[in-house]
Parts: sequence; structure tokens; C-alpha cells
Amino acid sequence: MNYSTKILHTGKDRDPYTGASSIPIYQVSTFAQDDPVEFGQYEYGRGTNPTREALEHTIAVLESGTNGYAFASGMAAISSVLLLFQCEDHVVVAEDVYGGTYRVLTTLFNRWGLKHTFVDMTDPGNIEGALLPETKAIFAETPSNPLLKITDLGAVAAIAREKGLLTIIDNTFMSPYLQRPIEHGFDIVIHSATKFLGGHSDLIAGLVVTKDEVLGRRVKSVQNSFGAILGPQDSWLLLRGIKTLSARMEAQQKSAENIANWFADLPAVKAVHYPTLASHPGREIHMKQSSGGGAVVSFELENGDVAKKVLRKVSLPLMAVSLGGVESILSYPATMSHAAMPHSERQARGITDGLVRLSVGLEDPADLCEDLKQAIEASL
Amino acid sequence: MLAQGGCRWDENTGAINMPIYQTSTFSHPALGQSTGFDYSRSGNPTRSVLEDLVSRIEGGKRALAFSSGMAAIDCIMKLFGPGDTIVVTEDPYGGTCRLLDKVYRQVGIEVVYVDTSQLVEVEKVFERNVKAVLIESPTNPLQRIADIPAICRIAGEKGAFTIVDNTFLTPYFQRPIALGADVVVYSATKYISGHNDVLAGFLVARDQELGEKLYFYQNATGAVLGPWDSWLTLRGLKTLPLRMECQQKNAQEIAEWLVKHPRVTKVFYPGLPDHPGHNLLKSQSSGFGAIVSFEVDDPALVPKILSQVKVFLFAESLGGVESLITFPAVQTHADVNPDVREKLGINDRLLRISVGIEAVEDLVSDLASAFEK
Repeated sequence: MNYSTKILHTGKDRDPYTGASSIPIYQVSTFAQDDPVEFGQYEYGRGTNPTREALEHTIAVLESGTNGYAFASGMAAISSVLLLFQCEDHVVVAEDVYGGTYRVLTTLFNRWGLKHTFVDMTDPGNIEGALLPETKAIFAETPSNPLLKITDLGAVAAIAREKGLLTIIDNTFMSPYLQRPIEHGFDIVIHSATKFLGGHSDLIAGLVVTKDEVLGRRVKSVQNSFGAILGPQDSWLLLRGIKTLSARMEAQQKSAENIANWFADLPAVKAVHYPTLASHPGREIHMKQSSGGGAVVSFELENGDVAKKVLRKVSLPLMAVSLGGVESILSYPATMSHAAMPHSERQARGITDGLVRLSVGLEDPADLCEDLKQAIEASL
Repeated sequence: MLAQGGCRWDENTGAINMPIYQTSTFSHPALGQSTGFDYSRSGNPTRSVLEDLVSRIEGGKRALAFSSGMAAIDCIMKLFGPGDTIVVTEDPYGGTCRLLDKVYRQVGIEVVYVDTSQLVEVEKVFERNVKAVLIESPTNPLQRIADIPAICRIAGEKGAFTIVDNTFLTPYFQRPIALGADVVVYSATKYISGHNDVLAGFLVARDQELGEKLYFYQNATGAVLGPWDSWLTLRGLKTLPLRMECQQKNAQEIAEWLVKHPRVTKVFYPGLPDHPGHNLLKSQSSGFGAIVSFEVDDPALVPKILSQVKVFLFAESLGGVESLITFPAVQTHADVNPDVREKLGINDRLLRISVGIEAVEDLVSDLASAFEK
């Protein structure tokens, strides 16, 4: 079955009892039992809920994994995965991970003794340099946020296999439509489903997929004990969003490519970061492991003042945090997604004050270009 | 306009999306003052943002959202009274027939069915005193095409309204008001919301005066669309262009494949160059839609196909991202007089498919294997 058909027909896409073309929203906390000893398939909504289960099944199928789990946010998903580890364990983390992941590692999990080392994973050799005897996992993100740097999934998975480490990836930017890390040897895939999977900037959700049942049961145990589950309404809305994933990703990606190319020729733009641009250093690796560049473009303006002016002068993209929706969103990593990172850290990682990130939506790309052009010209 | 539907409305919080105002009533600032919203039947912010958007994309002056497509048609009928004559496309949606024949005929409204794809027939019927003409084009399920501008002209000369049920094409492809229509009707359950998960209807009026009149009946009779469904419809509209383009492209390929199938005797799809309404539709619409009807050579094949399809869902309705297959004679058109059905060609060999956004190869192979088995 073709991937875009699979998105709509994963096997849990209709109600088995009534034939309803949409999975019912089981807004219920508990399930009546027939027997005091032998419980039915559903007991309590934190453990399993039929609506959430349909979503979890869907994401597992779409990510080529065995088990899927839905959480209340991307950070709840990441935190729940990090709870697989224990005190004194060590994790090697991509240095330009999402600011929220950085925050949870450096201010919360560190207090409980989970150690981490940030490395530039664009060179997988750096991972080996950071390994400690207590290293348990590698946490990657590719393309990275906001610089869209590329990590070689196969190379990272090979190191992990050799050293017996778990591989975890945040696949939010690509969605399974463009990149399926389990097919490249990864063990756990995480999504902020708030972004492309939900796709309409109208829900907060996180998803985790594991490559096998054993790992799945471990995540399930955290999900049920920790309890940061996704509610039935949002589970349903997310399922609805996923139905148009292929159509949205195709259109948004096409637009993003056009805009990236257009930026590349603009003198006021110092640098454009987009994975499939000919000038992108990770282009070849990216093309090997995913089927497109996605819909996020970052670009660097002269300095922070110009960037802030542009952000104030655009009228079509919404100025906001987040990405991946049908509406284009322009954001300023320095004060938004990466605000949790100290200024010096940001600078060291190339997240300059002149950097602006655009998540391209479904508006006409010509309208978007025109609006950005007027904003840039008026800001110089 | 569609991608950002409902954006930037909530100035208090900057929320990207329109809030769902799940409320029945609104408190008043003081005696004799209103926030603009008093009671959700009369007006609800979520519904009104949706109504404004639909009005804009349709090029009308006022849109009204109803709890179903039938509730929308029912509201228009309130404009008429005993002794009035309404001309209707002879093969409309079965639910429209049921409403007109079994409800409005009883109160003395005369309903005359004509083949609106034949202008002479329309001209002939207008020799009588006609109040309004209700056109469906393309028709369901046989895809006959009416010359909308010509009919609007004929009706206009006689002082009659033209109402167009534009459910099959949506404003993305066809905008009847620009072609001269006075009111456009939608079952928004179909393409407008697009995910087989909402029931909704719309009326869009060409001018403010007619819009006000219809609003009076909407408020008086109260078949309004609820806030949650209004919001879901708004969400659905954001991907309307993507869905319509993709579904139409798939439909065209499937129609061409069906034409070549040995067990298929007829294919009804206006995107086929030899479809009798092909050129006419091209002149008034930028697309042909995504509904394909076809006739097989043996009625015994119908139940087999319906039970063998795996990707297609065997279900009524149409227009969603998931492909559906329907047997019009017993499903959508059961309420049409059997003689009329037979005369029209809605027979026991006719199937209708609503093509979704799955990969077209999978849809074709699903049909192919259903035929073989």
C-alpha cells in the first residue's frame, strides 16, 4: 500500500461497532467490567483509551514501529522517554536540540543524576569522543532546530549498535511522511505532534514510537505510571490532522523550497538554512535518509535589530512560537524556541541574534515572498 | 484566506485559532447594550467567523451555517408559500426530493421537476409563474450539467430566484453567485468540511436583503450549526484547495481507468472529454470535481464489488478525504420515485464513488480486485 493511502487506512481508521467513518471520541475516564478478576481490554483511561489507542496505532504504523504512545505534549513525550533512564546514566545529546529538551536535561533531569553531554552530531565521530562507561543512549534531532543541520541516521545507529546504546530521535521537523528513522536503525522516535502531524496549530501533543514490543512495554509502563497522556478530544483531533499529512507536507514543502531558493538570492540575507539547497553541507546525507527538505526555512539577517524589525513588519505569517501548521509562522529563536538557552550557548551554536525561522504554511508562496520582501526592504 | 481562516480574531490572547465559543448565552454590559452577541441561536462568534469566511470565498454578501445540508435547503423553502411554483433539477439529491415532495407539497407549494441540463425544458417550464429554480449541477449521481448563467438569466427575466446546490464543486471550483445565482446551498458535510466527520449546511446570499430574510428564518426556526462543528468546519476549510486538487486528480485517473474496464458499460464524470456537459462545465467552473458514477454490465456484480472493496468504504455521503462507494438506487436516491429513477438511469447497475486523497494506484487496484472477485 502506498504511503499516502496508509495515512488514511492504517487498520484502525473506522469504528468496528457501527462502521462510523471517524473513530468515536471516547470521553470517558473508566470502563465498566464484567468480572472482578478477569478485566476487559479497557480498564481506566490513563492506561488505555480507545480513541488514543487508534492514534497510537496510527503513528506506530506510520513510523514503521511496533508500538505508539500519545502524550500531553512533545515535552511530556521527551520527558517520559528520559524516564527510561536512572541515576548516573549518561546520554549523548545533539548540541542543537530543541530548547525545551535542553531545559529539561539541564535543569530537571540533571538534578536527578541523569548526565548528558552535548555534541555536534553532524560529525558522528564526535559521539564516540563523548562516550562514557555509563552512557546508555544517543539523542539526535535531524534536521536540527533552528539551523537545520543534518545528522547521518545510519552512522549514528551503527555506533549505537556497536556500543549497545539506545538511539532516540526527535523527528518533529520531518514527520514520518518524509523520514522514518526506525527504518534507519533507530530505536525510539519522538514527535511534538503539535507541529506537522497535528498540522493546524490547534492542539498540543506528543508521540513516541518504538521499534519493538519490548521497548514499547517499557515506554508504556512510564506512560501509565507517570500519566502524561493525551486526552480523547485531542487524540481525535490529531487523528483528523494526520489524515491530510501527505497533502499538507507536499504543498508546504514545495512552497518552502521556493522560498529558500528565493532567499538564497537576496542580498539582505546572509545565510539560508534549508536541507535540500545545493549549498547545504548536509544535503547529500539528508537526501539519503529522507524524501524531502520539509517546510521549515531559517535565514540570517544582518543583526538582531534588522531581524526584530522584519518580525514587526511582516503581515502575512503569524509571529509566534511553534511551527508545522497550515498557517505560516515566523519566529525568532533567540527569544522564543531557544530562550531557555543562555546567550553564550546560543552564540556558540550558531543561533545568532539575526536568525529568523519560517515555518511555511499553505498560503500562496508568491504572497508570502512578497510580504517578506516588503518587510526586509523596510527594515534595512 | 482559507489557510488563515479564523486567525487573528482573538485579540485578547493572540490565539492562532478561532476559540470554540461553547456557550448558549452572553452577558450584557448594561441594560439596552449588547456585545454584538446575545444568544447563540441568533449569533455565536465561532459560527459567525465561519459564516463570514464562507461568504467571502463564495463572493456573496451573507452566509448562514446550518446543522445539516437539509436544514439549509429547508430554510430557503421558508421563502415560499402555498400556490408558489418551484422548479427543481429532476435528479437532485434524494433528501431534497423527500423534503419537497413529502413536506412542502403538503403545504401547497408546487414542485416541478425538469431536466435542467436541457435549456429548452427550462424555458418551457418558465411559461408558468415560477417563483424559484433550484439547480444541482453537476447532478447527483449522473453528473448532468446545467447552464447556470443561462438559467439565471431566464429566471431573472421572470423575477424568479435561482438557487444552486454547489455541494459537488465547492467555491474552490465553481462560484454560482458570479454566474448570476441568488442563493448558493451547500451540504458542508461533504467537501467543505472534508473529513467525513461533521454534518453541516450553508446558504450564501448574493445580496444583503435576501441574506437578512434568510437570517430571519435561520434565527426563527433555529437549525443552526453548533460551535464545535462550526470550528471543525473552519478547520476543514483550511485544506480545501489541497483536498479538491488531489481528489479531482485521482477522480480523473479513476474515470479514465473505468472507461477501459470491460465490465463497465458507462462512466459519468464531467472531466471526460466525451461527457456531454464537459465543455459547458469548463466554461463555468475551474474543475470537474471528484465524484465518478459508473454502470456495470450485470446487477449481480454490484453486491460483490461493495463487499470486496478494502480501501473504499461502502458508505453514504461523499467529499471526504477517505474514498467512499455508494449504491444510489438503494442509498442516496431511495426516496426518488422508482419510475423516475429508472427513467433517469439510477438503476441497479449504477455505483457512485467519491474519490478521496489516497494514492490513486491503491484506489485503482482496490477496484480492480473487487471486480475480479
